Amino acid sequence: MELDTEEQAILRGEQGVAAQEALAYQIKVGEFFGARRFVPISNAHMMGDIEVLGDSGLDYLECTARKLARCRVPVTTNARCIDFDHVDRLGQDSAEAQKERKVIRLLREMNVMTTDTCINYQTLYQPHLGEHVAWGDTGTVIYANSVFGARSNFESGPAALAAAITGRTPEYGFHLDVHRRGSFVVEMKTELHDLAEWGALGKLVGEPNQDYFAVPVFADVRPSPSSDQLKHLGAALASYGSMGMFHMVGVTPEAPDVAAALGGNPPAHTMTITRADIDGVFSGYAPGDGSGSLVVFSGPQQSLFELRTLSAMFAGRKVASGTQVFVTTSNGVRSAAAKLGYLEALEAAGVTLLEGVCFYILQNLSSMRVANGWTNLVSNSAKIVNIIGAHKFNTILRRTQDCVDIAVSGRLQ
Amino acid sequence: MTGELPTIRLRRATGDAVEGEALMSSEGFSPRYDLDRWSGEITKAGHSLQGRNIKGRICFFPTAKGGIAAGWAFSDIKAKNIAPLAFVFGVTNPVMVQGAVFAGITLTEGWDRNPQTCIHTGDWVRVDPTRKLIEVLRRAS
Repeated sequence: MELDTEEQAILRGEQGVAAQEALAYQIKVGEFFGARRFVPISNAHMMGDIEVLGDSGLDYLECTARKLARCRVPVTTNARCIDFDHVDRLGQDSAEAQKERKVIRLLREMNVMTTDTCINYQTLYQPHLGEHVAWGDTGTVIYANSVFGARSNFESGPAALAAAITGRTPEYGFHLDVHRRGSFVVEMKTELHDLAEWGALGKLVGEPNQDYFAVPVFADVRPSPSSDQLKHLGAALASYGSMGMFHMVGVTPEAPDVAAALGGNPPAHTMTITRADIDGVFSGYAPGDGSGSLVVFSGPQQSLFELRTLSAMFAGRKVASGTQVFVTTSNGVRSAAAKLGYLEALEAAGVTLLEGVCFYILQNLSSMRVANGWTNLVSNSAKIVNIIGAHKFNTILRRTQDCVDIAVSGRLQ
Repeated sequence: MTGELPTIRLRRATGDAVEGEALMSSEGFSPRYDLDRWSGEITKAGHSLQGRNIKGRICFFPTAKGGIAAGWAFSDIKAKNIAPLAFVFGVTNPVMVQGAVFAGITLTEGWDRNPQTCIHTGDWVRVDPTRKLIEVLRRAS
């Protein structure tokens, strides 16, 4: 890679060992992808929680902090695996909770803002068209690239931290015009409404086109989607297809029309999505033992608007005996929801609201499943029903109102 | 009869040259979606490798799934001594690469012939990132 004078100085160790090591690591990754140079970034968003870090990751953070690593651009954290107010109730490991506290302390020492949210793009920072950032998780990246027209690759925890320390990232993938062009077209022949339907669309498009560099172009989308609908679509595309970007004609900034979105690329193929396709997704889940004892609204964390909807749907109703309902959100959204009275209705119904976490990354989740006798996991998130498989749940995607009705009855409808 | 054994040219690769037993998957992979990160076993129901362990193997996957977790998870499974020797992907994503480089696990992407057609689970193979080459050294007995 071509290094400018500052990068050469960093590599010589003139800005400290931590920056030197971070840049050397970034060069190796950049060289794999054939990056010619670095681009400066304005913002980073990183995953760092004890469930995925493990002891080795914690040791790494401790070692890096000891080298006086300091992030030079604003960097926020993704959802973590422990809500400290619910450790005992969830049967989580207190020793791991202590490690999680240590992770938070170390990250703050390095100037990381431990915001603990996977919806930073809705609640914290909205980069503008063409702005280079270094974000992870995948849902944040696809939203940044697609909806804002900003530029990021999937940046895993160590990669995003390195980018925050050096203030730059290798220029490959979605930082380059050539990879931002649409590669195939999706013609919509039906309207979508519920968030779960937008997730189902992501599954239909992502699953058969699993490729980070595949960029679908959605055409004839009606009605114009909300931020939450785009969030569920993007999260599902990233989950099922490992995709980092999509275009939506007339909606996203680099897609005034199909031709512009394709940028001269001949589309590899064209998909058509009908009402039958969407309905087929929902009928494709095996009911397992029919249990509705676990209903989850998470993955991504809920926005204030989603909490308002859930609050209205649960108002005056009670979660069935033996059923548990989990909702996850950020500290900021929870605070606003409390102020607006949405939390009160949810708690009165027996819903558990977890803060700063996402359900699928909860520490000790497999043991939690066994201890609670959970078999089915019902959710309106297409992402979570895909991502949680290693924990051996039988997952079922349902529309939001159906999820609430299942929670109240305790049985699949 | 080494000359009759297949070789595969790779598009890009990182890490050390390694050799070991091949583990072939017809399905993609994510350490978050598919793997028990405490045992090294593929636990996702219905995965083509469900019940198989990736420890010490050279794992062939057509695609990468998801997911941001691999960045830390590869280093975690290496520290737990349950990591594979190499990941060989048809197509991958940056997270897998970032994770493999961070953990010091060999990783490759792209091939000039589909390994499913010429390599079988249990074959002894060598992955050489410098030469961008995979060689079958001997067939499973």
